[in-house]
Amino acid sequence: MAVFVYAENINGVYKKAAFEAVSYAKAVAEKTGETVTAISVNPTDSSDLLYKYGAEKVINIKDEGLKNFSAKAYAQAVSEVADGNVLVFPHTTDASSVAPMLAIMKNYSLITNVLEAPESISPFQVKRRAFSGKGFMHAKADTQGVIVTVSQNAFGVKENTVSGTEEVKNLTVTNEDTKVLSHEQSSGKLDLKEAEIVVSAGRGMKGPENWGMIEELANVLGAATACSKPVSDIGWRPHSEHVGQTGKAIAPNLYIAVGISGAIQHLAGVNSSKTIVVINSDAEAPFYKSADYGVVGDAFQIIPELTAKIKALKG
Amino acid sequence: MKILVCISSVPDTTSKINFTADKTAFDKNGIQWVINPLDEFALTKAVKLQESQGAVVTVLNVGEALTEPVIRKALAIGANEGIRINADPKDSFSVAKEIANVAQTGGYDLILCGKESIDYNGGAVPGMVAQLLNQPFVNACVGLEVNGGEVTAVREIDGGKETISVKLPAVIAGQKGMVDEKDLIIPNMRGIMSARTKPLHIQEATGSEVKVHGVSYDSVPARAAVKMVTPDNLDELVRLLHEEAKVF
Ligand SMILES: Cc1cc2nc3c(=O)[nH]c(=O)nc-3n(C[C@H](O)[C@H](O)[C@H](O)COP(=O)(O)OP(=O)(O)OC[C@H]3O[C@@H](n4cnc5c(N)ncnc54)[C@H](O)[C@@H]3O)c2cc1C
Repeated sequence: MAVFVYAENINGVYKKAAFEAVSYAKAVAEKTGETVTAISVNPTDSSDLLYKYGAEKVINIKDEGLKNFSAKAYAQAVSEVADGNVLVFPHTTDASSVAPMLAIMKNYSLITNVLEAPESISPFQVKRRAFSGKGFMHAKADTQGVIVTVSQNAFGVKENTVSGTEEVKNLTVTNEDTKVLSHEQSSGKLDLKEAEIVVSAGRGMKGPENWGMIEELANVLGAATACSKPVSDIGWRPHSEHVGQTGKAIAPNLYIAVGISGAIQHLAGVNSSKTIVVINSDAEAPFYKSADYGVVGDAFQIIPELTAKIKALKG
Repeated sequence: MKILVCISSVPDTTSKINFTADKTAFDKNGIQWVINPLDEFALTKAVKLQESQGAVVTVLNVGEALTEPVIRKALAIGANEGIRINADPKDSFSVAKEIANVAQTGGYDLILCGKESIDYNGGAVPGMVAQLLNQPFVNACVGLEVNGGEVTAVREIDGGKETISVKLPAVIAGQKGMVDEKDLIIPNMRGIMSARTKPLHIQEATGSEVKVHGVSYDSVPARAAVKMVTPDNLDELVRLLHEEAKVF
C-alpha cells in the first residue's frame, strides 16, 4: 500500500503547498513503512520535483475534461486512482474544496487544517488548528481510511530525494455542471498563503495612496502584502488581502504589521506566524503583547528607512 | 425558488477561548453566541434574493436548544422560516448528514453555507453536503447572481478569482465579498418583532455516525516578551531579524 498525496498545480506548475503536502505524506509513510504516491491533474512540471520530496511514484491524470477546475470532477478523478488508507491534501482553496467531496465518496474520515505529523497512525490522531488559531485540537479518526488537509506553511517543505517512476493515467471525467466563464490569475504576485514573509498594514496608513511604501518594503523582502479587515472594508485594499478570523489565516516566517492595532480577530489569522514585528505610533496597541519585536513610532518615517536599511543589507 | 441557508452558532469573535480543566472539551462558560460571521454573508445574499426574486429562505442549524437565539436572529435578518435539528454537533460528517437529510426532502434550488465556521475551522460541511446530494459545489464564493436554472458565481482561487456558471441545484459556500460588508443586515425592531412569530421547526436528529472526535485541546502558548527597539535604532531591528530571528 501507499500513502497518497494530491500534488496541486496551477496551470501545470506545482504549488509550494504541493511540495509541503508530499513532505507530509513522506513523514506519514515513514511511520507506516509505506511509500508515497503523488497524484496530479494535467501537470506540465517534471515529476522530478515531487521525487525530491519523497514521492516514489507520480500518477499524472491526463484529462481534457479537467482542464477547468471543478471540485466534484476533481474528487471523482482522484478517487479513481487513490486507494491507500491515508490521503494527504494541501489546505489550499481548491484542494480543501475537493477533500470533503472525496471523503464522502470513499467513506473516509476527514481532518482538515493539520499542523504536525500524526501522533498515532492507527487510530489516526493529529494536531490541528481550531478556534481560528486561538487553540489546537487533537483529532482522532474513527475509520481506517483518512484524508488530511495540511495547513500551509505549518509542516514545512522537507527535501528527501528518492528515485521515482511516473505513470500517465488517461481519464475522461464528465464535468457538465460547471462552466468557467473567466479566470483571472494575478501573475508575478506572491500568493499570500504561501509567502515566507508578509508585510501587512492597517488603518494607521491613513489612506490607500500611502501603500506604496508598504509595497516597496515587501518588494525588498520578496514578501506578499496583506491588510487588516477595516482596510479592505473601506476598499483601500482588495478583500483577498484581508487576514484574520474572517479573512485568510496565514503562517509566514515573518509577519510585519504596520499601523494595525492587533485586535483579537486580527491576531486569530496571524498568530501562527513564526516571528512578528509590530510598528505602531501607539505604545499601548494590544499587538505588542503578541509580537516578538516592536517599534513605537511614525510608520511614515520608519518604513522608508527600514526599507533602505534592509536593501543595503541585502546588497 | 427555495433557498436553504445553513448557519452555525459560534463564540462571538471577541471571545477568549478556554478549555475544560481536563482539556477534553471547549469550555462554553460565559460565551456569547453569534451567527458564524462567514454564514452571515450567505444569509444576507439569500435575503437579497428573496427581495429581488421572491425566493423563500429557510435557515437551518444543527444544534441544541441554546442555538435558538441565533436562529431567531437569522429570522430577524429576514429568513422566512427556521429549522433546528436537535443534536449536539460532534463533527463535520454528522452535521453534513443531517443537513443533507433536510435538503433531500425540502427540494431546495440553492443551498448556501459559510466557507468555514470560526470555531472548529472544519471547512468541510458544505463540500460534504454537496457530495451527499450529488450536486455541484462552489467554495469560497465572493459573488453570486441567479439567472433562472443557473447561477453565475465568482470564486476565490489562490492568487486570483474565477467566474463560473453552475447549474442548479447546487451548494455554494460563501465568504466576505459574497455581499459587501456594509450591506450585512443588522436586525431592526420590526425584524425582531416579526421573527417572534415566524415558524421555527424543531426536528429530531437521525443520529448520524461521527467519524472524527476531538480527544483533547490545547491553548496557544504565550510568546516570549516583546523586544522593543527605538525608531532611531532601526539598524538594531534589522540586525535582530537577520541574526537572531534569521528571517532574511
Ligand atoms: C465579527 C468580526 C470579525 C472580524 N474579523 C477580522 C479579521 O478577520 N481581520 C481583522 O484584521 N479584523 C477583524 N475584525 C476587526 C478587528 O476587531 C479590528 O477592528 C481590526 O483588526 C482593526 O484594524 P486596524 O488595526 O487596521 O485599525 P485600527 O483599529 O483603527 O488601528 C489603527 C492602528 O494604527 C495606529 N496608527 C495610526 N497612525 C499611525 C502611524 N502614522 N504610524 C504607525 N501607526 C499608526 C493606531 O495607533 C492604531 O493602533 C473583525 C471584527 C468583527 C466584529
